[in-house]
Amino acid sequence: MLAADYRGPYRVRAERKPEPAIHHPRDAIVRVTRSCICGSDLHLYHGLVPDTRVGMTFGHEFCGIVEEVGAEVGNLSPGDHVLVPFNIACGQCHFCKQGLFGNCHEANPEATAVGGIYGYSHTAGGYDGGQAQYARVPYADFGPTLIPDGMDLDDAVLLTDIVPTGYQAAEMGGIQKGDTVVVFGAGPVGIMAARCAWLFGAGRVLVIDHVDYRLEFASRYCPAEVYNFAAIDDMALFIKKQTDSLGADVCIDAVGGDAAGSMLRTLLGKKLKLEAGSAITLHWAINSVKKGGIVSIVGVYGPTGNLIPMGNVVNKGITIRANQASVKRLLPRLIEHVQAGRIDPKALITHRLPLEEVSDAYRLFSAKLDACIKPVLYPNGGA
Amino acid sequence: MVSKSSRQAIDPATVNGWGVDADSRNDPTYPYRDRAADQAKGMAWERPPLQPEDVEVLRSLEHNRRPAVFGVSVPPSGVSGMIRRAAFTYSESDWRHWLMLLGADRVNMLEGILADLIGGRVPNIPAEMGVRAEWQHNRDSLVRKAAIAATVSTVAIVLLRRRAAGRERRAGRL
Repeated sequence: MLAADYRGPYRVRAERKPEPAIHHPRDAIVRVTRSCICGSDLHLYHGLVPDTRVGMTFGHEFCGIVEEVGAEVGNLSPGDHVLVPFNIACGQCHFCKQGLFGNCHEANPEATAVGGIYGYSHTAGGYDGGQAQYARVPYADFGPTLIPDGMDLDDAVLLTDIVPTGYQAAEMGGIQKGDTVVVFGAGPVGIMAARCAWLFGAGRVLVIDHVDYRLEFASRYCPAEVYNFAAIDDMALFIKKQTDSLGADVCIDAVGGDAAGSMLRTLLGKKLKLEAGSAITLHWAINSVKKGGIVSIVGVYGPTGNLIPMGNVVNKGITIRANQASVKRLLPRLIEHVQAGRIDPKALITHRLPLEEVSDAYRLFSAKLDACIKPVLYPNGGA
Repeated sequence: MVSKSSRQAIDPATVNGWGVDADSRNDPTYPYRDRAADQAKGMAWERPPLQPEDVEVLRSLEHNRRPAVFGVSVPPSGVSGMIRRAAFTYSESDWRHWLMLLGADRVNMLEGILADLIGGRVPNIPAEMGVRAEWQHNRDSLVRKAAIAATVSTVAIVLLRRRAAGRERRAGRL
């Protein structure tokens, strides 16, 4: 089969590989029809995630048609079209029982701090991902969800990560009616978080980024007030001035360790790797939120450590809430939102490419070329 | 002075005032964690069947048993594999674990190029880096970067040649 093949930082190519096999009675094999490149794939692509091995296939946002099921998968049949949550979850461990499907304890031998994720390095379990014609799906009797009749596949594939992650970012913000919400990052997750902040009753939504075309998109799609941080000298001061000097009720970090905005933090976190990525967004969020406010983090950071103003967290009485999205928990509600037209996921897709062009797709997304917001690969011609 | 941690069980019911201010609404993890389902403490759940370990899988020291399923992509091998195995002798809480894995990743990149060459394939690195997308959508920048790279390379080659020529002249005088 054809699959994306990681060769080192900034290098991915389409390569012939053996088709995946059933390794466990709860496995399934899925023929991939849509597979996105996620902003967090760029952390892998940039070489920021430890234990990213040459030869791995990335891709944790995909949907496809069930080809084969293991002996214990009774709820799926070959031919079913499913969307596959990016978390690999058993559904029965201590954490899954509590709905923490992004924190399953039975899916990742290589680390305890993160669950299993498709195509996301050996730090997330060593699973090949969905940027391929076929993918192995563990715990297929629990994770994959049948795509509802009539749902556009471009909507379905974005329900595997982007929509739930954006929604959970807003949910973890504990947004109350009338709250001012600042979203740092106008990538797909940030845009979705800003869109969902309104669903929770926000009174005002601000989106901060430095890429004008993305800010313009966010201003229309979310909708939101948008600001380019390149034109802002002091972020905390700016947000204070926007909020009657108190600070925002909720700040959402939808960027993570690949953030621009501080040469020093870029040097320390991204070039020298002395931090787990650049934490400038987190710094801004902590200093811009009001006393007693909530900082919600869905941006991805590495596993080592970051410099953040911890004293301000304590002195301001800030609540920090963070997690990988628990996709399976959120899907029923999010499917309702999509079907009711309250969320339009596929509007985020700007580029549709065949798997053969995976090298160019990564470059487009990474370098923000051609006004790219969300690229989707069609590994089997989309069918 | 306490020199060892105490494992002596204390019955909370015997502690004066235990739980008098407990308030289930005071839960910053709501709604994404269902504490009502958090009844069995410890690793007491019914486990899924265990995947046969037919490839080498490195296990975090912080797991007291191997999780039931795991990925089979790219088992550790070569020099990078040796570094990875060594990294897993440290816990996730130890920076050496992660820094060694990052180091192994860079070694692994060189191993990948070597494997390509041994297999008779010269990797098309510009294509793998998506140069076509740059050419289509960011041509000026690509040309500028290429010009800078060519200039730096040319200057380096000229300097190295001058240095080599100087060494030869000095050797001739001796």
